[in-house]
Amino acid sequence: MFTNKPVIISTGTVGGPMEAKGKIADSFDLLHDDQWLEQASFEKAQQLLLEQAIDITINKSPIEEEQVEFFLGGDLINQITPTTLALNSKDLGYFGLFNACATSTEGLALAALMVNNQAANYVITGTASHNAATERQYRYPTEYGSQKPPTAQWTVTGAGCALIAQEGTGPVITSATIGKVIDMGLTDPFNMGGAMAPAAVDTIMTHLKERNLSPSYYDLIITGDLGKVGRESSLELLNQKGIHIRKEQYVDCGLSIYKREQPILAGASGTAASAVAIYGYYLDQIKKGKIKKILAVATGSLHSPLTVQQKNSIPCIAHAVAIEAGSDKL
Amino acid sequence: MTHKNNNKKFEKQHYQKIQQKKEIKRPVIRNCFKAFFVGGFICLIGQVITTFYIYFFDFTEQTAGNPTVATIIFFTMLLTGFGLYDKLGQFAGAGSSVPVTGFGNAVISTAIEHRTEGFILGVGSNMFKLAGPVIVYGVFSAFLIAIIKTLFMKWMG
Repeated sequence: MFTNKPVIISTGTVGGPMEAKGKIADSFDLLHDDQWLEQASFEKAQQLLLEQAIDITINKSPIEEEQVEFFLGGDLINQITPTTLALNSKDLGYFGLFNACATSTEGLALAALMVNNQAANYVITGTASHNAATERQYRYPTEYGSQKPPTAQWTVTGAGCALIAQEGTGPVITSATIGKVIDMGLTDPFNMGGAMAPAAVDTIMTHLKERNLSPSYYDLIITGDLGKVGRESSLELLNQKGIHIRKEQYVDCGLSIYKREQPILAGASGTAASAVAIYGYYLDQIKKGKIKKILAVATGSLHSPLTVQQKNSIPCIAHAVAIEAGSDKL
Repeated sequence: MTHKNNNKKFEKQHYQKIQQKKEIKRPVIRNCFKAFFVGGFICLIGQVITTFYIYFFDFTEQTAGNPTVATIIFFTMLLTGFGLYDKLGQFAGAGSSVPVTGFGNAVISTAIEHRTEGFILGVGSNMFKLAGPVIVYGVFSAFLIAIIKTLFMKWMG
């Protein structure tokens, strides 16, 4: 619970070429039509995505860069170096985080906690991912012609940041629930949605129980990147545990970003999937007054190529952050 | 403690059952047909090239194989470089990975991918990352077969 009501005063999202053709292209602040972003490597492109998202977030806010104290974030690539290198050019205290695709809400929850407890006035949190950089780290080379199963997901090229402040106008973070590592023994890295679904279910249940709420309290419960398979599985699991969420109330960032005809198989994924969808599209909806209360549950699949090859099952995590419209919109 | 463990195990099995039901299955039969036709078509192109070499150059049926493979791998290289082979791969599956073009694609795609890490440590050391196992076990099984054949010939005298 955050009693001091930390406010998200500004957000910034950047997307790549696939995102530009997607369903929520209008909600991006900046879109690139080249996946290299004129950089020498995909990793550098990802670094630039994050730098741009940070700059946009600060430019859109009423404050100056010098006033921001900390940055919390991470990504999927080798020891989160793209994030670290992006922060190299900024004069900010830096906390590097890794919770795979749950990094977005992990950062948001921690940033809210810092601001709520008066440890800081202004904190930026955000994350970036790049389709080609992630593919080459976790799977095969971009041009390699292997056939992916229909449960595979498409990593988002993009970055999303949010600036959290003690006061200001914007959506308010009311509470957060930090998830536990959940491992249901699934081993297929081409079905991350299915592996992550139980983690999302566990966190949603814990959140509702701790705050003594029914799911209908929220206009939308937004999962991170479960995709088609994960969404279906988690709905069934929730139903079996006696929690009934209406289908139209339960949305997934992985299914919100792209159009159905795009070649993305089961949906979007990547740390940026939840970041661009929540910080971009869904917060926009709150600002426009279309929805008032959301529960953002980003899900992360905490495997590495090494653990998969060594036949470990996939441990997963989900963190939930409740965001409500600011007092001016209630 | 054991009770708790049992509970967890049960929960895992239960979820894995849900997952099996929800998982979108690979369309195996459709994939087989696609693989059959695309793979067959690649072989047809190979046959056309072989015939071309036999008729227009001084090759025999035995010696036309090498230039055919070289030609077809050259075209794979172009397709891979222009970003078309991976799309074919997603459509055709085994149809485009089993023929020699798939092997070419595995080498070329890794070479392109690791260009950003330089020519020695990037391209040089990663080029056979995917194709390496094929070479290792190909050579190894050829070696085994050769030994068996030699012994067999000796015994049979």
